[in-house]
Amino acid sequence: MRTVSFTLNGKPTRITTDEKRLLLWVLRDDLGLTGTKFGCGQTACGSCTVVINKDAVRACATQIGDVDGKTVVTIEGLAQGARLHPLQDAFVKHAAFQCGFCTPGMIMGAYARLLQNPRATAADVLHDLDDHLCRCGAHVRIAEAVTTAAAAMRGGVR
Amino acid sequence: MTPFDNNIEVPDGWGFAQTIDRRDFLKLTSTGLLVMFVVEPLLGRGLFGPAQGGRSSAPTDLNAFLHIGADGRVTCLVGKVEMGQGAMTSLPQLAAEELDVPLSMVDIVMGDTDLCPFDGGTFGSLSIRQFGPVLRSAAAEAKAVLLEMAAERWQVPVTDLRVESGGVLHKTDRTKRLTYGQLTEGKRIERRLAGRPSLDAVTAFTIVGKAASRRDAIGKVTGAAKYAGDIAPAGALHARIVRPPAHGATLAAIDTSAAEKAPGVRVVRDGDLVAVLHAHRDEADAALSLIKATWTPSRSTLTDTNIFDHLVSVAPAGDTPFRGGDLAAGEMRATTTFSETYRKGYVAHAPMETHSAIAAMENGKMTVWAGTQTPFPLKAQVAAALKLSADKVRVITPYVGGGFGGKSASQQGVEAARLAMAAGVPVRVVWSREEEFFFDTFDPAAVHTIRSGIDAAKKIVFWDLTVVGAGSRGVEHIYDVPNHRTRVRGGWNGNPAGMHPFGIGPWRAPGANANAWARESHIDVMAAKASMDPVEFRLHNLADARMRRVLQAASKAFGWTPKAGPSGRGVGVACGIDAGTYCVNMAQVNVNKTTGHIQVVRIVSVQDMGLVVNPEGAKQQMEGCLQMGLGYSLSEEMHFTNGALIDTNFDTYELPRFSWLPKIETVLLDSDLPAQGGGEPAIVPMGAVLANAVFDAIGARVHQLPMTPARVLAAMRG
Repeated sequence: MRTVSFTLNGKPTRITTDEKRLLLWVLRDDLGLTGTKFGCGQTACGSCTVVINKDAVRACATQIGDVDGKTVVTIEGLAQGARLHPLQDAFVKHAAFQCGFCTPGMIMGAYARLLQNPRATAADVLHDLDDHLCRCGAHVRIAEAVTTAAAAMRGGVR
Repeated sequence: MTPFDNNIEVPDGWGFAQTIDRRDFLKLTSTGLLVMFVVEPLLGRGLFGPAQGGRSSAPTDLNAFLHIGADGRVTCLVGKVEMGQGAMTSLPQLAAEELDVPLSMVDIVMGDTDLCPFDGGTFGSLSIRQFGPVLRSAAAEAKAVLLEMAAERWQVPVTDLRVESGGVLHKTDRTKRLTYGQLTEGKRIERRLAGRPSLDAVTAFTIVGKAASRRDAIGKVTGAAKYAGDIAPAGALHARIVRPPAHGATLAAIDTSAAEKAPGVRVVRDGDLVAVLHAHRDEADAALSLIKATWTPSRSTLTDTNIFDHLVSVAPAGDTPFRGGDLAAGEMRATTTFSETYRKGYVAHAPMETHSAIAAMENGKMTVWAGTQTPFPLKAQVAAALKLSADKVRVITPYVGGGFGGKSASQQGVEAARLAMAAGVPVRVVWSREEEFFFDTFDPAAVHTIRSGIDAAKKIVFWDLTVVGAGSRGVEHIYDVPNHRTRVRGGWNGNPAGMHPFGIGPWRAPGANANAWARESHIDVMAAKASMDPVEFRLHNLADARMRRVLQAASKAFGWTPKAGPSGRGVGVACGIDAGTYCVNMAQVNVNKTTGHIQVVRIVSVQDMGLVVNPEGAKQQMEGCLQMGLGYSLSEEMHFTNGALIDTNFDTYELPRFSWLPKIETVLLDSDLPAQGGGEPAIVPMGAVLANAVFDAIGARVHQLPMTPARVLAAMRG
């Protein structure tokens, strides 16, 4: 058991648990943040993607002990109060989802890339999203949404 | 409305069904106008006979289909589920249209067996096609009642009145105007229907036929949308269940002592179910690995390579759904004859959300939140498994994270309920990806053998098709063939035990993908031999005016220029009919002749699907079909040996990715027909259109799906 301190969606968070436990299940089971999804448990689908510091990370293979002192953002932390993030806004406007289960991971994967490089093109983002799976085949509209959001973020929108 | 202010106009989603309880609901519906139907047998069935696991005759359920409250809000109550297909957006469009209320005044409750009328399941592209008219009828009846109430109050003939913007008004006397809420205020009016009222003509529509924003949008992009695994009743424990290593393996011995000693772990047994429970999923996973189980190996000797001969030898004799003319006479007339065999492997549903359910017993009633396409049949299964009366079981369906037919089977809901009953606490069963593959009801492997012939005029003169495994959906002739026979030996249900090594079931347009792949591949084989352009060959042998129109529209949209194949351009065409919708796909591919890798460059898909309720929703479904169809065509097949699956996760079972995404163009043709199905048709021609485009590119035909690089290279070697 160990106490792990980190910033979660802007809030200081402490949890005392087995440090080998997985971030995905600490988020879902201990902290009640269920927007981060379980899809494969093997880092092969991207449904559980969160952003740690500025990197897209698979929460299903991240030990909670490893996030000590770091900044974690999940899908629940992306909107600023009543304002959707440009990526979320673009996903809504392009209807860039069907069942929606892969959506949080897609958005967080794209967010990390645009956070690291606000000048990233849609092609750059989609390259990163190539290891994110979507079974409904919403790819066309996700690509459109990413293009819209990347343009907005190049224009200075956070 | 939504708390977000990005100038997004999205009506409230549902959430309603997840938060409201039966008591609140009865209070809500204690006044207002309720329209009920005596459920027709029609609603209890899919296209293909009784719903899986359901009863052949639907209960005479008298839950309401529609409620209009004192605030004028309209609530649609729908036993269908939202699994991505957008029915929670398009069904309210139908009600809003019929009642002439703004879309924002319409709510929808879906997939809750206590609140919604009986429904056999969400499959077969039936939500709009079959349930849509029922919902419209309920709305039309509500409108008729409201008009009568106003006529009575004002003492004027009904014919002097009309509805507009959520109210009834007098056609000439402008002082007479009452909202629906004012008309129903404080009263409870109940209507029970057996017949069907007449419906507005399609041409008068103002809401239907226009794009509507998805109601599930905000929830799905913010992480607020709840799926079954996200529901968290107080004290719920995760269950991980001991599973066999192979289909057909049986438990010889089990030692749970180490797991029992682990902190926070409970071991629960209920008959054949042995499970570990823990509040945290990762700790339940760890506890499961402490259980030592010994298994007697499976006796299955089947593999993904010997399966095809096995199927041909054990498939039932089947039947002959289509036969006409005289085969022998046709063969005599033929100047060129053909004989080809087409194969395809088992394909997984692989929804991103694995089968998930949470069960909680409270005051003698079991509530199961399940990701399921069949909430009502699941309710019956849970009641039977727990020996409870049906009124003691409620199934609630939150958002479903993809179904594609695979969540018509909902074993996980029964498992959660059994374990919750045995443990006395709420239990959550979320299958691992390995369990999802293991217990999937796969799209069955299939073998198609076709003998055919053309005459000197390049007309098809005979067609002798034997289908093994794929069933009869979409097997009917599109082309003019005077002498023909179609034999079907086994489909996705009704097979002898042991025919398949694991579960099979309906997979997005069940069997139709395989049937179109064989037929449309074979049409191209004949066109190439006849040195005729494949579109021209089809039109030359096609009288069906509706399909001709779709084929011609597709040629125009694609910019098809006639040339006999193989032309080296890598273009292909294939036609399909499914769920009442006619579809033609055209594709262009690049094939790397060194590696055998296929890159799809462009797909044009054209549909005549009758009335289009939500064009954006329909196009989303088509796009999804095309992208998903790349999978079964190019990469997806389950490898297995002796009852064990070799592909157990996405590291080896390859789904389509962004880097595969072709340029996609979808076209919906205007049509006078009623609404047809839209969730499945565009995937049906995918295998064939790509096989035909590959042939056009490399001059060699791949006879087995998926067209892996190895199979492409083998075809090129001859």
